[in-house]
Amino acid sequence: MLEVRDVSVSFGERQVLNRVSIDVANGEIVALLGPSGSGKSTLLRVIAGLLVPDSGSVALDAVDITTLSTHRRNIGMVFQDEQLFPHRTVAQNIEFGLRMQGWEVARRSRRVTELLSMIGLDQFAGRRVTGLSGGEAKRVALARTLAPSPRIVLLDEPLTGLDRELHDQLANELSHLLRSTATTALIVTHDRDEAAAIADRTVTLADCERRP
Amino acid sequence: MTRPDRRAESSSNRLPRWVVGGLAVPATVFIGVFYLWPVGTLIGRSFTLESLRSALHDPAIRHIAWFTTWQAGLSTMLTVAIGLVPAYLLARFEFRGRRLLTAAITVPFVLPTVVVGAAFLALLPDRLDQSVIAIVMAHVFFNVAVVVRGVGGLWEQLPPDLGAAARTLGASPSRTMREITLPLLTPAIAASASIVFLFTFTSFGVVRLLGGPAHPTLEVEIWQQATRFGDVGVAAVLSVAQLVVLGLAVAWFSRLQTTHRRALDLAPLTHRQRARTPRQRAFVIGATIAILVAIAVPVAALVDRSLRTGPGHSLAAWRSVFGAHANDASRPTVVAGFDPLASVVTSLRFALIAMVISVVVGGCAALAISTLRRGGRLLDTGLMLPLGTSAVTIGFGLLITFDTAPFDWRGSPWMIPLGHALVATPFVVRLLLPVLRSIDPDLRDAASTLGASPIRVWREIDLRMLGRPLLTGAGFALAISLGEFGATSLLTRSGRETLPIAIERLLNRPGALLHAQGYVLATVLAALTFVIIGAVEAVRLGSDQRA
Repeated sequence: MLEVRDVSVSFGERQVLNRVSIDVANGEIVALLGPSGSGKSTLLRVIAGLLVPDSGSVALDAVDITTLSTHRRNIGMVFQDEQLFPHRTVAQNIEFGLRMQGWEVARRSRRVTELLSMIGLDQFAGRRVTGLSGGEAKRVALARTLAPSPRIVLLDEPLTGLDRELHDQLANELSHLLRSTATTALIVTHDRDEAAAIADRTVTLADCERRP
Repeated sequence: MTRPDRRAESSSNRLPRWVVGGLAVPATVFIGVFYLWPVGTLIGRSFTLESLRSALHDPAIRHIAWFTTWQAGLSTMLTVAIGLVPAYLLARFEFRGRRLLTAAITVPFVLPTVVVGAAFLALLPDRLDQSVIAIVMAHVFFNVAVVVRGVGGLWEQLPPDLGAAARTLGASPSRTMREITLPLLTPAIAASASIVFLFTFTSFGVVRLLGGPAHPTLEVEIWQQATRFGDVGVAAVLSVAQLVVLGLAVAWFSRLQTTHRRALDLAPLTHRQRARTPRQRAFVIGATIAILVAIAVPVAALVDRSLRTGPGHSLAAWRSVFGAHANDASRPTVVAGFDPLASVVTSLRFALIAMVISVVVGGCAALAISTLRRGGRLLDTGLMLPLGTSAVTIGFGLLITFDTAPFDWRGSPWMIPLGHALVATPFVVRLLLPVLRSIDPDLRDAASTLGASPIRVWREIDLRMLGRPLLTGAGFALAISLGEFGATSLLTRSGRETLPIAIERLLNRPGALLHAQGYVLATVLAALTFVIIGAVEAVRLGSDQRA
């Protein structure tokens, strides 16, 4: 489904990605392992279209999208520090993607209610996002990304920086949520246990580089 | 941060109260006599029901009020719209020459209003130079820095990934701008816009030079009524009306600032990146060039026109101002009615006096404010008042207050620098206070335990730290005084023309040589301002690097 071929990115003198290739099949959850600063996040940005690679290609369902604008890709992304819109409520954050797709109000609010109950935050619709706890913010960010049913979800270190108990709990929830919605996902992490807990398959960035 | 309550501190370790109280005296007297009394006089003596009625029913005045408002509104909207481009460029991109560009953008803002007016007079063809278009262009040129500083400061701290998140959710770049970026920038945009509105609503120098008789603003009309038509009543009504508008604007602005601070809890991070895509690179290069050209062209026009007395370029005007004169007939005094060179000397002398007054008064006031509690806050507010008052109003108040014996000081030579000091002192106080407040009390305590008496502590700790901000404040005071035009317009006497007054006189008279001389003086004033502000920046940056 997702085919990344020989993607290279460098920032000035520094080569961050060197001919990286990776495949994700439909419905598959793949974890991409690698130490911090190894370019995993950069790869996600290339796939999302936030960064144009120096060379290489990205294809989705056999269509080349290397130069397609981010907003036309329908690729969801959960950012490491959530990036919830601070001037909008929880519900408004979750429905943002639906509004961009032109959903009408009633249908939007049904979908938001559904997602809020999936993440166990039914009462949170009108809350300001600036007052959320770390775990709540992560859940809302995930719900916002899942809301418009993207073709693939990219998760950038989604569980980094949480305490042990919350980390394990959210890892379970995340795994369950992705599977129950049959979401294709590529998750970036530096934690091997986390990768094993969530993903169907684990690859390291080193494995992906410079393959013939 | 928790500190022990300073009130509980042993009182014998502190400066005696009478010393602190004494420090507050000069500022209190200064503000009381030269600001509150004149403004009170203005309201009390001249502001009668009858003059109010006649002013309100005067269609000419209604027309002026309407013109003042809409030109300010239009100038503000354009300034914000245009200012967002450099704000975005500087907030989001890292590139060679970025610091230079930042400095260049503040250049128009520090230029005296008369110089900006003269620059656009020099730049625009005759057809446009006495029109609303000219006024609005000059206002935009002058105020863009306000938007770049205000909005750019916040933009720099907005995580770019907020926009990226919106993009992955299907928002196009323009939609992302509309739904995410602009709403998050709104507090800063509104704050900058209200400052720009204040400046353009009370614009005087630019309008005097570019408006012509057909386009007076309220500020110009106050001056006109007071000095030309001698109708003090109407002038007073207009001054008070303007005070009210400004008061409301300032109140709104300070409320915005409070909400601004509450709205977003942003870490002071910068997220600047080098341009990556060809489009980004084209934007960075194109915008940088466009901005530099827009700043340089009016200034270049000014210099160019100072070199034109006839066909082709010549130094004739420069020589006639600065050179030795072979015979009396070629002396510009004969033609202009005053000596342009003398105006340079007068301006420098006034600027030095204004600088001394504002540094002494502002310095004492800052020390008093930082030590006193309730009284300090009152003094602080009092000293800020002249900033919320238009310069013409300040000059007008002084003019009508000190006109009767034994206070008939209208003609005395220190009246003008005093008016300048009223405007400059708040800046000195604002520069000193943060430094004074940031001095760790433990530092003073440490000095005390080492055997320093209170006065010694004060000298060794407080005074030492104030060196740089005092220098900076002195520089600002000099620059403010050199460029001050509004208050000076009402207080000026023939034979004591300052540079801005001389520039306006020369440019509003027919004759190629007089015009060129006006541009010569405007170039000199611009250069003086550059040098002073450049020195101030060097001092400021020097202190940054040491910190």
